[in-house]
Parts: sequence; C-alpha cells; structure tokens
Amino acid sequence: MASVEFRNVTKSFGLFTAVADVSFDIGDGEFVCLLGPSGCGKTTSLRMIAGLETPTSGEILIGGREVTHLHPKDRNIAMVFQDYALYPHMNLADNIAYPLKVRGEPVDKRHGRAKEVADVLKIGHLMDRLPSQISGGQQQRTSLARALVYPAQVYLFDEPLSNLDAKLRLEARGFLNHLQRDMGMTAVYVTHDQAEAMALATRIAVMDQGRIVQYASPIEIYRRPATTFVANFVGNPPMNLIEAEGTNRDGRLALKADGLTIADLPITDVIGKALSNSPKLTLGVRPEHLSIADTETGNRLTAPLFANENMGPESLVTVDRQGSRVTARIFTDDHLSLGETVTLGFSTEHIHLFDSMGNRIPAVGE
Amino acid sequence: MTTDPAPAPQRKKRNFALLSSRAGAAFLTPAGILVSVFVIFPFFWVIFVSFTNRTLIGRTALNPEFVGFANYLALFDPATFFQRGQFGFSLILTTQFVLASALIGQALLGLLLAWLIQTVPPTIKRITETFVIAAWILPEVVIGFAWFAFLDRDQGTLNMLLESVGLPPGDFLLDQPFWVIVVFNTWRGAAFSMMLFNSAFSSIPPSYFQAADVAGASSWQKFRDIGLPLIRGHIVTDLILITMWTFNTFTPFLLTNGGPSYRTELVSIYNYRVAFQDFQFGKGAAVGVIMMLINLAFALVYLSLGRKKAPKS
Amino acid sequence: MKLTIPAFVGRIAFSALAALLGAVFALPLLWFLFAPFNARAELGLAVPEPWTLQNFVTVFGNSYAVQALWNSFIQAIGGVILIGAAATLAAYALSRSSIPGKGAVTYILLLFSSVVSGSAAMVPIFLIISAAGLMDTHIAVILTFAGGLLPTAMFILRDFIDSIPKSYEESAMVAGASPVQAFFDVALPVIRPGIVVIVVWSFVNIWGSFLIPFILLRSDRNMPASVAIYSFYSEAGTPIVTLLAAYSLIYSLPVIALYLFVSWKFGFRFFGGIKA
Repeated sequence: MASVEFRNVTKSFGLFTAVADVSFDIGDGEFVCLLGPSGCGKTTSLRMIAGLETPTSGEILIGGREVTHLHPKDRNIAMVFQDYALYPHMNLADNIAYPLKVRGEPVDKRHGRAKEVADVLKIGHLMDRLPSQISGGQQQRTSLARALVYPAQVYLFDEPLSNLDAKLRLEARGFLNHLQRDMGMTAVYVTHDQAEAMALATRIAVMDQGRIVQYASPIEIYRRPATTFVANFVGNPPMNLIEAEGTNRDGRLALKADGLTIADLPITDVIGKALSNSPKLTLGVRPEHLSIADTETGNRLTAPLFANENMGPESLVTVDRQGSRVTARIFTDDHLSLGETVTLGFSTEHIHLFDSMGNRIPAVGE
Repeated sequence: MTTDPAPAPQRKKRNFALLSSRAGAAFLTPAGILVSVFVIFPFFWVIFVSFTNRTLIGRTALNPEFVGFANYLALFDPATFFQRGQFGFSLILTTQFVLASALIGQALLGLLLAWLIQTVPPTIKRITETFVIAAWILPEVVIGFAWFAFLDRDQGTLNMLLESVGLPPGDFLLDQPFWVIVVFNTWRGAAFSMMLFNSAFSSIPPSYFQAADVAGASSWQKFRDIGLPLIRGHIVTDLILITMWTFNTFTPFLLTNGGPSYRTELVSIYNYRVAFQDFQFGKGAAVGVIMMLINLAFALVYLSLGRKKAPKS
Repeated sequence: MKLTIPAFVGRIAFSALAALLGAVFALPLLWFLFAPFNARAELGLAVPEPWTLQNFVTVFGNSYAVQALWNSFIQAIGGVILIGAAATLAAYALSRSSIPGKGAVTYILLLFSSVVSGSAAMVPIFLIISAAGLMDTHIAVILTFAGGLLPTAMFILRDFIDSIPKSYEESAMVAGASPVQAFFDVALPVIRPGIVVIVVWSFVNIWGSFLIPFILLRSDRNMPASVAIYSFYSEAGTPIVTLLAAYSLIYSLPVIALYLFVSWKFGFRFFGGIKA
C-alpha cells in the first residue's frame, strides 16, 4: 500500500482543460472518492494515476516516487474499469489470473491464487465460464477479483458499480466497504453517485470543472459544504438553496425572500464582511432539517404546497415559491392538499449561509 | 489541499498511448508500401504514360517519346468522337448504362426489394434474398456463363419461357446488346442496394411504424412519410457507390466482349481494347486518367458527405 | 393481432410480388442447378435423366482444370495472408497509436482506393508488374490485389477496432502487461472476428476476379479458374457444356461456403461489405 500525491497537475485536451492545476494527497490506506458530475475531471485524474493519461504539466507521486511519465505496467497498481474490460476469449480463471501471467507466475500457481480470490467473491464455481456466460453482478465481481489477485500499491476504481441495478449496487457497495476496511488498501474511487461516495470514502474530493472544490471527510462535506455546488451535489434530495437579500437590522440578519422569515440570527464578523461585499446571500437548509411548523414563530418558510410524495417512512413535501421549489423530508403523517399554504420551520443551527460567490460563510464555532 | 510552489521545469517525455508513434509507424509500413506501389504510384504513373506514345511491342515499348496532349486530342477528336468504337461513343454509352442499370435499375429495384422483404413472411423473405444475393456474390465469370446459357438463341431458358407463353424468341445478345447488359447489371448488383436499404430500414425503430399504424397509415403512406425520409442519407450513399462501381465495371465484357460492333463497349472495355488489343498504352493511359478524374469527382462528393464510414450494411 | 381484409389482401399481394421478383432473380441461375448433374447437358434447361456426378469426375480428370483451380487457390490464399497481416497491423495503428495525421492518412487511402480502380489503372499496373519482371507469375496477382484491396480492408478493420473499448488493452497494461503482450494476449483475440471478415472478403474478391489475372498472366500454367472458364466458353467452337457447368459449380463452391459461414457466424447483413 502506498500514498498518492498530485502536485499542480493540469491535463488539457486541445483547448479543453480537463484537470486544472490540481494538488492533493491521499494517505496510505485511505479510501478517497473523486465525486462530481460528468466532465468534471474525475476520471481523467484517476487515469493519470493509472498512467493511462499523461499530465500536461505537474507531477504525480505514488508511494513518494515520481511516476508522472511511467508506463502503467511499471506502477504496480490495480484498476477496476467501468465496463469491466473482461477479455471475452478467456474464461474466468484466465481472466482473473491474467495479471499473474504477465508477472511470469506458473499456470498452476496463478490458477490457484485466482481460485482463492474468486472463492472470496463467491464466483469460484464459475471459473470455466466465459464472461458472456455470467450475469452482470458476477462480471463486476470478476473484474474486482482480477484487481485483487495481486498485491498492488494503489487500487483504482472507475465507476465500478454504475452498470449494476440498484439492488446489486447496494450489495456490492457494502462489500467494497468491508473489503477496504479489512485490507486497509489505498483506494481511489471515481463516482458521480454522492451516496456511493458518502458510504465508501474516508475522504471525498468533490470536483467541478477540473478543480477540487472541497476535499474532506464525508461527514464534514455533509455538515459544512464549502460551496453551493457541494451543497447541491451531496444529499438526496439535495440541500434547498434560497436566494435572498440580506440586510443588517440592529445587529440581526434580515433576509428578504418570498415567504421567508429568519427569527434571530446575529450578524457575525464574517457575515458582516460578506454583506459589505454584496447583499446577495444564499440560505441553505437540508430537507431533513425542515418540519411542518404549527406556530407562526421561529425561522420559517411559507408557500403553497406543490407535491406530497409518500416514501414509506417519510414524505417529501415540496412547496412552490414562484418556480423555485423547496423540499422537506417530513416524518409525520400530515394530510396536506394541493395549493394549501404550508409553513416549514427550521432551527438556526441548521442554517447554511453562502455569500454572493457561492462560498460558505462559516457559522459561529466553525 | 497542498499548495506547493511552482513545479520544477518539466522534463520533456512522451505521452502515454496504447501504441507509441514509433510502433504505429512500424505497423503501418507493410500496408503503406503495398498501397503506395500498387495504388498511389499507378495513379501518378498513368498520368505520365498518358503523355507518351508508349506501346506494348515495337520500338516505343522501350523508348517511348513524349507526345504532349496527342493522346487526349486523339480521344477528343471531333471528327470521330461520336463514332462507334471511339471514345465519345463509349463515354455516352457508359453514361446511359450507369443511368439505366445503376441509378434506375439497381437503386429502385433494391429499394422495392428492401421494402417488400420487411413485410413478407420469413420464408418468402429468405428465398427471395437468397437468389438476389446469389446473383451478387457468385464469381463474375460464372454469372457471365450463366447468362450466356440463359440467353442462348436456340436453347436458352429465356427463349424457352417466351415461347411457352406465346411470345417470339429473339437473339437478344445480337439484337439488343445494350439492354441485355443493362438488365444484366441491374440483376447482378441489386443485392447491394437491397442490403443497404434493408439495414437502413431495420435501423428505424419499429415504434415509428407502429405509431403510424395506430394513426391508420397505409403501407404506401408509411413508406413515403416515414421510411423514405429517414433513409435519405443511405440513398445518397447508395447512389454514389453504385454509380462508381457501375462506371468501372468490366463484367459485361464477359457476356458481350464489348460487341457486337462496339455496341456494348463501356469505357472500361474500351480502355482494355485500346491498351491490350490495339497495344496503344499511351492512349489507354489517357483513357485511364479520364476515368480516374471522373472517379475522383464522385469520391470527393462521397467523402465530403459526412466524411464518415463507408456503409458496411 | 387480427388483420382486416384489405390488409390481408395487401400482404398477399406483397408476398406474391416478392416471390415473383425472387423467381426473376432465380431464372438465369436455374440452369446451374441441373446442368452440372446432367451427363448430356446442353445450354437448354433440362432436368437430368438420370442425375449423375459423371461431369465432376470428368472435371477432376482434366489436369488443366484442376491446375486452374489450384492457381486460384494459391493467388487467393497468398493475397489473403498478405492483406490479413498488413491490414491488421495498419488498422491497429490507425485506431490505437498516437501517430499524428491518422485521419489524413485514412482519408487519402479511401480517396485513392476509390479513384484507382482496376479498370482505370490497368495500364500502369501492367507496366509496374512488367518493369518488376513479375509478368505471368502468381506473385504479380497477389501483390496487385494486396495493394488494391488493402485500403478498404484497413478501413473496415479500423472501424471494427474503433468499436472495441480501449479498456481491454488498458486493463492489461495496468495489470502489468507490456504493449506487445497487450497486443497479442488481448487485442488480437478480440479483433479476430474483424480479421475473419476482411480475410473472407479479400478471398472472395480475389477468387472471383477476372480482369487482373486476365491482364497479368499469359500461360496456362498460372491461369486461375476464372480466366480458364472464360476461355472455355468464349473461344471459338462449341463449349464443352457439361464440363463447364460442373466446373463453374465447383469454382463457385468456396464463395458459397464462405458466404454461408459468414452469415451463420456474423448474421446475415455483414456481407453487404464493399465489394468493388
């Protein structure tokens, strides 16, 4: 196992910059998820660690060794591909044992090792099959087995679960989580699924337009999103973001927006500084922190009901503020009818504030 | 995030690729040599030869002289241009041949067949397809011989059929040689258009036609309003390709030898006669150059149409 | 689904039309179904009485006919090996290498291959072969076809390789394979169906070709079956119809077999490939 480090790495394809001056490091034994929308540079970053892309500038280190221009075969890494890349002409045993074959291991030894790994992954009984003769979930595990069959310094995952159906994906996610904690492997995992990143990662690097927007633990990213982009990307449903005009009313923040009332929010130095730059602020509240308020006091938002979706344990209550919608996760069984005015309450500690540039304004104590 | 100072100056190293440029160049070499010698070089050499009086035998076989545009002037000599056995006659004949047998015959028949076999029961579809494709894939000399037997004045299947329905038999190879090669080429090549259009039709989602069915469209309306507009690109591709192939085809030679009295002498056959029967290589080369220029025009149009894949139907 | 009466009539009419067209296409070939098995075959359509393989025995007793088939085989196999190997390497390079100007190379190849047809370039091809001292040799036919068919073969194969995910070779390299290992262990087996396609396509083209061997070969010793058949029926005098019918059928068999093989292996539609 080894650490990975990016030093001012940039990758351009012609005029398009996929990764822009990115620096970060991944500790030995860490499970880091690169999270972001498609085209954000996460896959390119992963492929640069693998050596399948060469940075335009900057350096990449694995285990303290500079590998920027090293051929993939000389990096001692393992990678699971999105499409699995199982060789159609080899049976599972040969597929899984292929990395050992190129390392010059004799046939019986490499097939023995392949069988061991396959047994762990519950595909040991399929070793004579061709990839086309097994199910998607089994193909996914085969590709995982091929990566695990030899000891690599770093394990790379390129959206490995995206071709599975929802149920299998949950199962595979749990298995990967267990495996990584068990082996203590250094892993870099690319995904656009925030739930996958939250569940698996020790740290998440949220990427947008070739840059890392926030690099922190899942809980930190959930509790203190650095920008409105992160706030909007993490959480399901994502954080409600309400644009408002802020003014200083006797040392308290007043936010002007349709149906919004903020009861008591002292203006701290940082809020004051933001306000002096621009009165345009964004208020963020997670759906799970909204509840139906029965009194007209405290922080609240009043708007007509747009939809009420019953999800079993909870309901998603959406109100419509002239086109911009706010969703609440409600755990009670209120009967609400369409168009009815609903008041959603939230406590001050759950308020996220972002300045006009979309950057987080730290709350008291952050 | 770490913010290191400016990175050290980059060493210039090669970027990763699945196959390095050097290996790529090595991989391309064998094909490159073969294609250069047998495709690209002939293209330029034929231009050179067309300005000489090179012959197959005799003094000018070894020491051809430069004759300028004499070969071209001979080809386009207004006094003889349109006479039988001359270049102009051959060129016009070829144009008529392409129009009748490719653009009308093959394309329309192919379109009709493709549409028909979409709708008919699988058995009929398979049998019809088999014969249409057999006409296309069998070697050209076998086809030539088959038609030779088919059209035989005294015993041929065609005359036998005509007589059995009370029509007068004929010696078609002698009386109507042009129409014989037109029908022959239509018959021989319709398979390509059929397969191209068939694959084009199959690429249209069935739901489009089902939606039209629900709306109450007739078969003809479905063809005109949905099928045809959606395969327009394929039609253009098909027309260009079959035009080029028909323009260059030598196969009718196997049926008629270009005769009788030059009446089926297409430019490819004319080129052969000038070069290999009259032994005038210089003049033959000039014919080759003109053929290539015509090919070039079609090829440029074809390649500019999207510059994408040739159809593999 | 229940059909309305007009729809039913329509389908009958369509089927009848399709069957009629099929019959028209079958007519010129019908004679070939009978004549080879008829010991007294003439150019007329006649059901053999009795069916016999005597004509085939006669053909195989004719050394000239057998030699010509063998010549066709040598030329087709030689061409196919050359085209298969050169096209595979070149197409792989065009698809996977970082060599600059790949697009331009492909464009120029396609352009030249459609401009320089056999019937337009017969004079320079004859002169090149003559200058190289290869007149009347198998190698002359093999090289000419290799050059002429390669651009299209490369193009078909490059498209095929382009459609194969690069992750096959990438995963091999990440797992520790060198580029050479990745090519032979992974890429080559995966693109084999594409190679089969161009090999079959080239074989059928060379096997069935007439003009190039007709121009480049002089002696009976080297003539392929196509030229032999042509000289049988075109030369003065009555052709030996029985022999020729059986011979043509034998000569057609490899093409038919390959066609059936390809449509069985790759589905019906493949053979639409460019058959210039």
